[in-house]
Amino acid sequence: MSKFQFPESIKSRPVYGTLKARPGKYHLMIADAEGAEAILHLHEQDAGLMAKAHIIYIPKGSNLGERLRAIRPAQYYEGPTYEAAASRIERVLEATHMGTQIYLTGTEGLMGQAMRACMNAGIPHTAIQTEHRGSVARRMQCVHCKGITEDVETDPFECSHCGLNLFVRDHYSRRLAAFQGVCIDAEDPGNVPEKVELYK
Amino acid sequence: MSAAPQRAKAGAEKIEVIVSAVLPLNDLVTRFEFKRKDGNRFPTFSAGAHTVVHMRDGDRQRLNPYSLMSDPADTETYAISVRRDDEGRGGSLFMHNNVKVGDAMEITYPVNLFSLDLRAKKHVFLAGGIGITPFMAMIAQLERSSDSWELHYSVRTEALGTYVDQLVSKYPNKVRIYYDDQSQSINLENLLDGQPLGTNVYVCGPKGMIDWVHKTAAAAGWPDANVHSEEFTAPQPGKEFQVRLCRSEKTITVGENESLLEAMEREGVDAPFLCRGGACGQCETNVVSSDGEFIHRDHWLEPDEHGNKIMPCVSRFIGKSLEIDR
Repeated sequence: MSKFQFPESIKSRPVYGTLKARPGKYHLMIADAEGAEAILHLHEQDAGLMAKAHIIYIPKGSNLGERLRAIRPAQYYEGPTYEAAASRIERVLEATHMGTQIYLTGTEGLMGQAMRACMNAGIPHTAIQTEHRGSVARRMQCVHCKGITEDVETDPFECSHCGLNLFVRDHYSRRLAAFQGVCIDAEDPGNVPEKVELYK
Repeated sequence: MSAAPQRAKAGAEKIEVIVSAVLPLNDLVTRFEFKRKDGNRFPTFSAGAHTVVHMRDGDRQRLNPYSLMSDPADTETYAISVRRDDEGRGGSLFMHNNVKVGDAMEITYPVNLFSLDLRAKKHVFLAGGIGITPFMAMIAQLERSSDSWELHYSVRTEALGTYVDQLVSKYPNKVRIYYDDQSQSINLENLLDGQPLGTNVYVCGPKGMIDWVHKTAAAAGWPDANVHSEEFTAPQPGKEFQVRLCRSEKTITVGENESLLEAMEREGVDAPFLCRGGACGQCETNVVSSDGEFIHRDHWLEPDEHGNKIMPCVSRFIGKSLEIDR
């Protein structure tokens, strides 16, 4: 099972739901890794959806792409990274109209970035469906150097840009599509707690 | 909807005004313009705001909300357009028959329950009849900021098309008029289809029209957040009932032709209100005990609140006893 129950946290922390088929003229589904399972589940709910669906999928090492292809969405794209897919997502959003339903599923980093792209295109975040699947790794912003570190799995971690030891906060920025990482040993340099795997 | 600001005294703050113009527009609609009595400027308002007009009708005080339809940037004059309702409770008739140029009146500061979403990439306005009024102000505001908009305006006949000539001559490419008596109607499904992402729709008109727009948009996959509506419900008459006001320690009778809010005001109870039309939530009152049936007419309470809360501006009660926390 690729689902994970996040513990309750501060208001800033995004919460995710379960994807449901909704009425719409066009269905844009963006997923990575085990997010494919949520789309397969959506297809089980309403097989008619796929005739008007565009799936953008980033496998991240999983082998679920073939199964997504097999449910025959109107359009299917598979790319190596979110960055590689980003220009396509932007282009799709530019051309789409009101009545489009958005479904985001997979890791938090993927959902956050895709949601930001949708919001910039004029879709209210309250109208975007999300479902978390797979890794609980996070996309983190170093609040000191502003560099982004993808797929952070431990707390604390080292900023991949400036090397500071960063504490993983639940404080989230929708604009940056990232959680905030704050220096953990600023007052006593070198006094860094042992790394713990997130949610372990 | 966000909660209205809490104030020490009921209602929004008042402004003393002088009626500066009374302009009949057609058989049913008259425009009233106000200037400030103290000669100062009005506050600018955000388009979509309404004001509550205080009318002194003999010993009866009438308070009716009307959308401000003048240009929000014009701080010299506020204007409202009032449709005469011969079957109504008398507020609009009082405006039409009794209010003259030079009269002193009181109106409240503007309150906006129907504001533009300025993040929108495009604004589509759907008006039915006198529902045109808030859009007059919205159009003025959006023209100034060069935002994209279009208006679809349904009227009964050419003769009753309030502001139609003005709108069509000024914005021939943005306004479309539909005449009921020529069997013209808004093709809503078609209109919603293909609108650019980030379009917001606003509807003001009869209840049936508002429900139809919400339903059609939802079926076409539009998010609720992109569909805005405003409907003021006038309080309906009903059977006389008694109510115990436990905080004021009074038992009062609500007459057939007055609302619970009006009855409390008549008895000198300072009850909160803003819109007086069941929309803003300001007058929400807890029910302490009740033995009977509520007639909820507001757009505010959730169904699961219907047993323990009441909106005195539009809702009534039939039964043995009612006690409210006021």
